[in-house]
Amino acid sequence: MQTEIKFAGFGGQGILLSAKLLAYAAMKQGFFVAWVPSYGPEMRGGTAYCTVVIGDKRIGSPIIKNPSHLVAMNRPSLEKFAADVKPGGVILINSSLIPTRSNRTDITELIVPANDSAIKVGSVKCANIIALSAFAAKAKVVDMDILRHCVMDEFSAKPKIIPLNMKAFDEGVDIANKN
Amino acid sequence: MAKVLMKGNEAIGEAAIRAGCKNYFAYPITPQSEVAEYLAKRLPEVGGVFLQGESEVAVGYMIFGAAGCGERVMTTSSSPGISLMSEALSYIAAAQCPAVFVNIMRGGPGLGGILPSQGDYFQAVKGGGHGDYHLLVFAPDGVQEAVEMTMNAFTLAEKYRGPVMILGDGMIGQMMEPVEFPDHLKSEPSNKDSWATSGMDKRKSDKRNLVRSLFLDPTELNQNNLTLKAKYDRMKKEEILYEGYNTDSEYKVLIVSYGTMSRVCKTAIDMMKEEGIEVGLLRPKTLFPFPEEAVFTAATKESCKAVISIEMSMGQMVEDVERCVKGQRKVDFYGECGGDIPTPEKIVEIIKGLL
Amino acid sequence: MGKTFSKPEALSSNMTHYCPGCTHGIVHRLVAEAIDELGIRGRTVGIAPVGCAVLCYNYFNFDFQEAAHGRAPAMATGIKRVRPDLIVFTYQGDGDLASIGMGEIIHAANRGEKFTTIFINNAIYGMTGGQMAPTTMPGQRATTAPTGRDTALTGMPIRMANLLKELVTPGYVTRQAVLNPKQINKAKKAIKKAFEYQVAGKCFSFVEVISTCPTNWGLTPLDALKWAEDTLLPYYELGDYKIPE
Repeated sequence: MQTEIKFAGFGGQGILLSAKLLAYAAMKQGFFVAWVPSYGPEMRGGTAYCTVVIGDKRIGSPIIKNPSHLVAMNRPSLEKFAADVKPGGVILINSSLIPTRSNRTDITELIVPANDSAIKVGSVKCANIIALSAFAAKAKVVDMDILRHCVMDEFSAKPKIIPLNMKAFDEGVDIANKN
Repeated sequence: MAKVLMKGNEAIGEAAIRAGCKNYFAYPITPQSEVAEYLAKRLPEVGGVFLQGESEVAVGYMIFGAAGCGERVMTTSSSPGISLMSEALSYIAAAQCPAVFVNIMRGGPGLGGILPSQGDYFQAVKGGGHGDYHLLVFAPDGVQEAVEMTMNAFTLAEKYRGPVMILGDGMIGQMMEPVEFPDHLKSEPSNKDSWATSGMDKRKSDKRNLVRSLFLDPTELNQNNLTLKAKYDRMKKEEILYEGYNTDSEYKVLIVSYGTMSRVCKTAIDMMKEEGIEVGLLRPKTLFPFPEEAVFTAATKESCKAVISIEMSMGQMVEDVERCVKGQRKVDFYGECGGDIPTPEKIVEIIKGLL
Repeated sequence: MGKTFSKPEALSSNMTHYCPGCTHGIVHRLVAEAIDELGIRGRTVGIAPVGCAVLCYNYFNFDFQEAAHGRAPAMATGIKRVRPDLIVFTYQGDGDLASIGMGEIIHAANRGEKFTTIFINNAIYGMTGGQMAPTTMPGQRATTAPTGRDTALTGMPIRMANLLKELVTPGYVTRQAVLNPKQINKAKKAIKKAFEYQVAGKCFSFVEVISTCPTNWGLTPLDALKWAEDTLLPYYELGDYKIPE
């Protein structure tokens, strides 16, 4: 069994971090994982995407053409990658920045106003955490308690922002459950 | 130690420290700059030396100097940078100094691109610099192996008193995978007092040591090259590493592939197995010394009708594969370069074309 | 009467391969004397260049490494960084240091690497047979400038001490000559001072030494000394260019 999740958005949206946290949680759960970034010359503002591969045996090809799921944080990402997602997958659409939809009927669309919800929670910076937890709650790819712990661990060096990110995490789960 | 999730580049930096290497000189180049960034932070914590040199040319000689006085030392770079260091590699090999060089390959020739490639096989395995020398070349296929090979590289650099190369690619450098650091490093007894310029006082000796590569007397030069050759012959006996995948099956096709490319091939092999098509993989883990006998044996298995070398290049290792198969089977090649790693689906299509 | 003259311990007893009238031998001796006087032979590592002094380790008696052309300052950096307790010096000619190795010397000096460079400037490539160097004088003949150096095509000779002086990083930069006994005594003091700065862990130190090459200049040893006095010294002014605070 292997699951692949593509995270995509603008550079600076925290895409790589969301993906890393998911990979971390899966690793803690005992899965084999790989976090495969795209990398290019642009440091800020370009498209960033990254694929997390989770499996019950050693990950073979790190190159994934058709991921199981997609977390699209901006419109170009949705337009570029929606068609690649395998049937039955989840496509998270950050509706704060994406007015369109995937035009797919064989997948589950998860509409999350990640930026708006993040602002409501306290800072737009945690939109990536909201998207992460909403996606994970819907797609059920990892244990949510472990994932929550990984998010907490990630910010252990900056304890001041832990409550904000925990609030964001719970908000994401909430949105997924109501979706 | 528990598993941690790390980028290949950072893990290589940490592996060096855990192997007792506290000296690192480098010049920034994508896609491996994270090694330098990681070590710029980490080495001062362990009382080590980090220096960003003014060029890869200079870095090559900083490595030579440090290695020559008997200290464990490493540099990392990517393809164009390794070209600049190749001069020093030739000198270091000739002067018989232990050092570890990591090449996180990117596309070439020229500036090429910054995406993963395996276009430096010839450079790493056949030369790069001038003269009769070889590097011991490891080809990891992921972050865990990159760590183990890096740590081991220091031991072997000292065992053979020569440069050892880790030949990775941009994918291995940039991807994150769980990694476990081995606790202990096996270390050969150090014989550096007999050759390193560590200072006569420190060695409590009246005999001075010379680190050099100039031998104007033909007999002396010949002797030095024979000494090097004896080391390479010993490597061929003692250091060859490879892995077989699905090689117990009655495979019709044998793939030879290494590094990131071999992982794609493994996935393709699994996909074909589900369709009832058996394909084997022979993955060299050392590129020099090359697993010659293993390739021959795997290629000449009765069920095997064809051999194919699959690389992220325009065909380099395939020349070694052909050499090892000795005309007993047809040897094909498939490769892509430019940065788009062939997908498993593409490999399946290529293999099916051979059947 | 007791012994009045002996070979420094830091010199070996080998005969040098240098041409008659060449001043490498004098500078070797000055370096060896300084090392003996400072008692640092047991922790000194020399770096040999590519050029006439490529075999200079045969004439010294302590640890030595041999660099590729121009790369001695990078090697010295590698050694000094990982073994700051060692005393490290490079011994380089003008082709090696001022041409192919310009990048390495500038950056080592600018980082303030705590080693010493002895720079032999004789305005020509010696070992390869009298080709033009970056330090060759305007109009001076060389095998690759058969009618004399044309500065319209090749620029003016590079004055390394002047150049290094301009770096903001503190260091000891001096230009000396070994054309007569008085200059030799002064050069000795400068070389010793350069090593003293290193022993104290103070700074990068650079001693340029105006030397001769009778063979490739096509002059007798005596004429070579005179030519150097008359032609080189007015352009390459002697003296301390920079002294650390």
